[in-house]
Amino acid sequence: MSANPHALLLDRGNLKRRNRFNRLVSGVSTIAAILAVAVLAIVVGSVFLKGVSALSWHFLTAPTALFGESGGGISNAIIGSAIIVGIAAVIAIPIGILVAIYTTEFAPASIAHPVRFVLDILNGVPTIITGIFVYGLIVVPQGHPSGFAASIALAIVMLPIVARTAQEVLTLVPSTLKEGAHALGIAPWRTTVRITIPTAAGGLLTGALLAVARVAGETAPILLLDFIFTQGVQTDPGQGLASIPYFIFQSSESPKPEAHTEAWAAALVLIAFVLALNVVARSFHARSRKRMGA
Amino acid sequence: MEAGALSNPVLRAGRNLTDRIGDPLLRGLSGLAAAIAVAAIAGIVYEVVHLAWPAISQFGLGFVTTNDWNPVAKRFGAAPFLYGTVITSFIAILFAAPLSIAISIYLTEMAPQRIRRPVATLIDMLAAIPTVILGLWGILVLGPFMRDTIEPALNSVLGFIPIFGGDPSAFGYLTAAVILTIMATPIITSVTHEVFETVPDDLKEASYALGATRWEMVRQVVLPYSRPGIVGATILGLGRAIGEAIAVAQVIGGAYLINASLFHTGGTLAAQIASQFQNSAGLQKASLAYLGLILLVFAIAVNVIARIIVQRGKIKDVDVTETEAVAL
Repeated sequence: MSANPHALLLDRGNLKRRNRFNRLVSGVSTIAAILAVAVLAIVVGSVFLKGVSALSWHFLTAPTALFGESGGGISNAIIGSAIIVGIAAVIAIPIGILVAIYTTEFAPASIAHPVRFVLDILNGVPTIITGIFVYGLIVVPQGHPSGFAASIALAIVMLPIVARTAQEVLTLVPSTLKEGAHALGIAPWRTTVRITIPTAAGGLLTGALLAVARVAGETAPILLLDFIFTQGVQTDPGQGLASIPYFIFQSSESPKPEAHTEAWAAALVLIAFVLALNVVARSFHARSRKRMGA
Repeated sequence: MEAGALSNPVLRAGRNLTDRIGDPLLRGLSGLAAAIAVAAIAGIVYEVVHLAWPAISQFGLGFVTTNDWNPVAKRFGAAPFLYGTVITSFIAILFAAPLSIAISIYLTEMAPQRIRRPVATLIDMLAAIPTVILGLWGILVLGPFMRDTIEPALNSVLGFIPIFGGDPSAFGYLTAAVILTIMATPIITSVTHEVFETVPDDLKEASYALGATRWEMVRQVVLPYSRPGIVGATILGLGRAIGEAIAVAQVIGGAYLINASLFHTGGTLAAQIASQFQNSAGLQKASLAYLGLILLVFAIAVNVIARIIVQRGKIKDVDVTETEAVAL
């Protein structure tokens, strides 16, 4: 634009051209948004259309067929995934929330900042690298891959997500509530446990659910840490466990069309779980923000 | 504040045993948790270097530039995968960054008020799709489409450029780059969108009052104000693209040499680890860990740079990681 601040007002000759360009940009940005939503629709639509035909009660309740055969189900993978993700959640959610409590309630800024920075870096570590780490940490000493090793890796992936969302909601808790408690002579730990955490509960739950949704489909660490398992439903995390992401990965690499159909059906189960968890988490988030007046 | 309450003798006398234990206990426990987080990152660096050590001592820094991966002859190099990582991530960001900026402009300035939040939520959902499912879709839907439609079209128009030469194929650099674009776009969008939201209304209104059209306002106010956030978001998206192992392993085809054609099969650092780690041993496994070390250096550098840029920009209301984490 010209240096004259009134140029826009004085110069009416090119208004048509400017409006036309404005409409062009408006159109382009609209198309970009439509494109993104269309890709979502196409991917979810493909999974639904191709998966729903293979989805049956048998598919959900029967274990995977012998290697190389089709016609089995994914009950062992569902149970395996539930165990792997469940252990990861039990480890990561309390630790993540404690980290957030430390940085928001106890630590001085000179420590809280570096801890936040470390969480950011941890969040940026590729999950396949987390897999290599846990391979060296657990699989090498134990001598065999296991569901538990996968759980540890998923817990490390979850930790920064839980901690960062928890930090956000804990800082949103009105300081007047905490100050009121302090003024009544209530010990800091009681204030945290009885006032701060209950007030932030909705937001904490959101972070936890989002973290679970994020790792439920995480495949890279499982590929490195938990890829040998015996036939049928297994429940011992000390041994190998089947899992839905690994089932999808293996079936997708198979040349057989029947395996692809099963991969789509398993993908439908996984995507329905993940998207449902996201919707629930977001509704908690909205409600909790409203409650805290943010 | 807490220290004041503790040092007051009157309050101190009234504190019962649970409080005297509870305070240091919670402080200690939460401090321990923070220590675990710090130990995790240190452990990751240590363990990756440790596992890679045989390859590091065997090949040294020459590993990075060696264009070879031959398990039979035990010659390993990172160059083919470094090239694959750089080219696929670069193409992905080339598309994802402008697309994300356009979507964010739409969400903050152009879209009717009522549909802004639903559209933003849908785009967040795109980020929630597990990458193994994107990879499955890439193998069975996108790959054949690239081979039969996109790549022949590119080849017929731009075939004289080497990167668009060669035979179209379902698996290769370009298919991987498209998958990475789909992954990176919602991540970059969620951050740029949040940054755009922080542009003060009075600046926007001042621009309108001078007679600017909507686009002129965006160009003169929103984009300059948000520049550090846009750059930071783009680099974070780049970090995600560099580190993706599964979806890329599914669609890139797994070749061991650099190939000029984007249609050709190739490999990336992360994808090579994903596809070979299970069935490798000895020097090959150490070489894969060495690839992991290079990837880790990249990932940490990218994240540190992104955060420094965002902090320099002093967009204090936006917590980049936070938005990114929620978008996940």
